[in-house]
Order: sequence, then C-alpha cells, then structure tokens
Amino acid sequence: MREAGGHIEARGLTKVFRGAPGGKGIHALGPLDLDVRSGEFFSIVGPSGCGKSTLLDTLAGLSSPTGGTVACNGVPLAGRVPDGIGVVFQQDASFAWLDVWDNVAFGLRRRGLAASEISRRVEYALSFMGLAAFAKSYPAQLSGGMRQRVCIARTLVLEPSIMLLDEPFAALDQQTRLLMGDELLRIWRDTGATIVLITHALDEATMLSDRIGLMSARPGRFIDIVSTHWPRERDSRIVSDRRFGDITARLWTNLRAESLRAIGSGAAQE
Amino acid sequence: MRASRLDGVLVLAGFLLVWQGLYMLVGGDVVPSPSSAIVRAAALLRSANFWKDAASTGQAFVLACAIGIAGGACIGFVLGSSRFATEVADPILGTIYSIPKITLYPIILLVFGLTLSAKVAFGVIHGIFPVIIATMAALRNVSPVHRRTARALRLSWGATIATVLAPAALPEVFTGIRIGVAVTLLGTLLAELFASSSGVGFALIRAMEIHNVVDIFALVLLIFLFAAAINGLLHILERKLRRHA
Repeated sequence: MREAGGHIEARGLTKVFRGAPGGKGIHALGPLDLDVRSGEFFSIVGPSGCGKSTLLDTLAGLSSPTGGTVACNGVPLAGRVPDGIGVVFQQDASFAWLDVWDNVAFGLRRRGLAASEISRRVEYALSFMGLAAFAKSYPAQLSGGMRQRVCIARTLVLEPSIMLLDEPFAALDQQTRLLMGDELLRIWRDTGATIVLITHALDEATMLSDRIGLMSARPGRFIDIVSTHWPRERDSRIVSDRRFGDITARLWTNLRAESLRAIGSGAAQE
Repeated sequence: MRASRLDGVLVLAGFLLVWQGLYMLVGGDVVPSPSSAIVRAAALLRSANFWKDAASTGQAFVLACAIGIAGGACIGFVLGSSRFATEVADPILGTIYSIPKITLYPIILLVFGLTLSAKVAFGVIHGIFPVIIATMAALRNVSPVHRRTARALRLSWGATIATVLAPAALPEVFTGIRIGVAVTLLGTLLAELFASSSGVGFALIRAMEIHNVVDIFALVLLIFLFAAAINGLLHILERKLRRHA
C-alpha cells in the first residue's frame, strides 16, 4: 500500500560551502524555514545561483546543512536519503547499459523485493508513463523527454511519499514540458505524494503548484510564498485562467528585482 | 559494412604489393616474396615444433593478460575511487608508463631467471599500465548524476560500485584492456626475443641467428595475424559494450 504524502520541515536551514584554504566560504543558503504539507505540490523558484538545487539536495539528505535542521515526516535527516523520498534530477540519470524495463526495476531489485512484485510495479509504471512499448529499448534509443520519464518511473515504482524534482523538464522543449507537467499532475493526484519541484520556469511553477516559494539572490531565503488556490483536478489548460497571469506577474515582479541583484553581485565579484 | 570490408581488402592488397615490390627491389636474401613467406607460414602451422613454441608464448601471454587486466582494473578502481589518490597517482603512473620497459628486463631476469615467470612478469609490466590509467579515467568520467542517483536510491558502497560505477565505466575500461592486451603481447614476445629458451619470439631470434629470412617473415606474418585477430575480437566486444552508450 502506498504511503500517504509526507511532510517536510526545515528550521533555520543554512548551507555554507567551504572555500579554498585561506579564502572565504560561499554562503549559499539561508537561514530559512520551510513547511511543505502532506500531499502538497510545492514549487521553488528563484534567480540563478540562489541555492535552489542546494536546498533540494539538503531536503533530500544528499547534502548536510551547515546549520539548522530538516525533518521528513517528523524524523530528522541524518546525512542520508531517508526511506520514502524519491529524487529526480535535471540531468539524464538513466543508466545507458540497462534497457527501460531494467532501469525502472533497478531500485526495486536493490531493495530485494519479490520478482512478482517488481514485475507488477514496473509494468504499472511503464504503462502509467506511456513507456510500455519501449520496455526493451535502451536510453540511447529514446528522446530526452522519454529518458526523463524513465527516471520519473524509476522513482515512482519505489512509491515515495515525497518526490523531490530538480528541474526535471529543463532540457525539454516547451510543448513537451507542458505535457510532462500534465503527467506530473496526474502522478501527484493518483499517488497522493507530496511533490517539491525546483524550476526556472515561472509558468510551470504557476501551472503545477499549490504554493510557490520565491527565493532571494544568494544566500537563498524565501522572500514570498504564493498560494495559487487551484483545484486539485487541473491540467495545463489552467494557463488560460485569468488568475494565472496575475500569479505569474507577481512572481516575476519580485524575481526580476532579485535576478538583477544576483547579476549585479555576480558582476561585482568578477 | 561493405565499404569497410572493401577497405580491408584494399589495405591487404596494397600491403602485399609493397611487399612484392620490396622483394623485387632488394632481392630474396633480404626480403622473401610474399608467396614464399605465406607457404612457409602454412608449413609452420602444420609443424609440431611451431605449436610447441606457440603454446609456450600463449601460456605466458594468457597469464600475463589475466594478471595485467585483473590487477590493473583493481588498482585503477582503488585509485580512481578517490580524487586525491587519482591526482597523486596520475603523474606517477604516466612517468612509469613512459619508461622503456626493456631497461627493466635484466632485473626481471635476475629475479625470475630464464623461466615462464620472467616472460609473464615482462608481459604484465607492459600491459598493466594502460588498464590502470583507463580505469582511473573511466571512474573519473562517470557522470556525477549517476553517483547522486546511487545515493538517492540509498545504495551501499559495494552496490554502488557493482551496479553503477563498474557498468558505467566498463566501456572505457575495455579500451584500456584492448590496448593492454596488445602491449602485453609485445612484452611477452620481447621477453622471448631477448632471453628465453622457448616461444615464438625465441623461434624468431633463432631464425635471425641463422639468417633464415623466409622463416623470419613467416613468423612475423603469423604473429601479425594473431595480433590482428585478437585486436579485431576485442574491437567487436568493445563495440558491443558501447552500443548503448
């Protein structure tokens, strides 16, 4: 039985990367607080280099915070990815040496599930993601969008209660992004998982999310949290809603100032 | 495919033409005709003495390949797993690899004597370095997202190596193995040429001592065909490994 969507709490989260010996460290993130509710679709947007991916790594347990705490379902992270969290990366993370079926089954096999259960879950995920006809294909034979679907399916079969997605559609064209967004909404509705999405695209964040967290230029902090109040049953056609433009405009107004600040500080450093 | 076969036939025809031209230019005392060398090579293939030498060379070559590949891959994996170890080992290995190995043969003879072990050791010191260097480079080139995926899937260290790093690195490691096998054959034959009491290299030096040019060319032809066959086989395997990359 699939777990209900999990919740994430971050308190005073800070990340500072150590610099070269004798040099200054890079204060990438925080301090910030974050509450992502159970079953929520939460997106994070912000200027380039503001620490979005660092935040996602920290929420996933892939990176330890310098200060503050992160807890998933009330359990503090202890320097490793906890059970129930699935991560999808921006880059193509499919395994070139495995066919689609084996790619999707990879995590299940490592967890020692029975062959029949692996088969059931993989067949379902392949069908759900529209990959059934490509089960015996290798990633090199697929388009970028399909390879990303393989990665999502590989995460999906593990039935995570929380899915963390780091710009999973960044390399795709606009049409495919919209369609993949619809698929992501379908996954979110059907699985009940909590989704945290990192994205550069304001329209994508507005279309998909219940709430959107807007981050400042580095060190990244939340400067605005926007609730969309969209119905749970929604798809990409919501872009024609009157409020869609208002929300995107509000995000852009704040993001523009932060992006200019980020470019300015970058230029100053150069 | 048809074009590459045609290329191969053209290269072979060109090679035989140059050989025939050389024979006509300098005479049979220095370069035998291709036909006489080919006939002699066929005769050698039917002689028990040749197969005794081939078995001796083959035994040393196979053992040297096994040690060089297994040892090289293990050392390469250990060094390649740590960025610090890679940065320290890379220039050292590069320097050792560039040393002419033949200068080490007297030391090997002192340690092992005129034995099979000496030939194996000389083959290994030729073949192990390309495998180590290729394995280290292959691990360095494994996509960071694959390492992060392994962590996100909560794989243990052992499972990460066995199921992610090793298969991701394998095509590149195999390129090192292919080069390693080629230079292992070179090392084994060099050992037999310089100091040995058996093997194809030893047969070649015997033919040189009595100035039997037909035997020299026939043996070189057989060695060339063997090396080309091994290399071709490894190329096919490498292509299969890279098919999905």
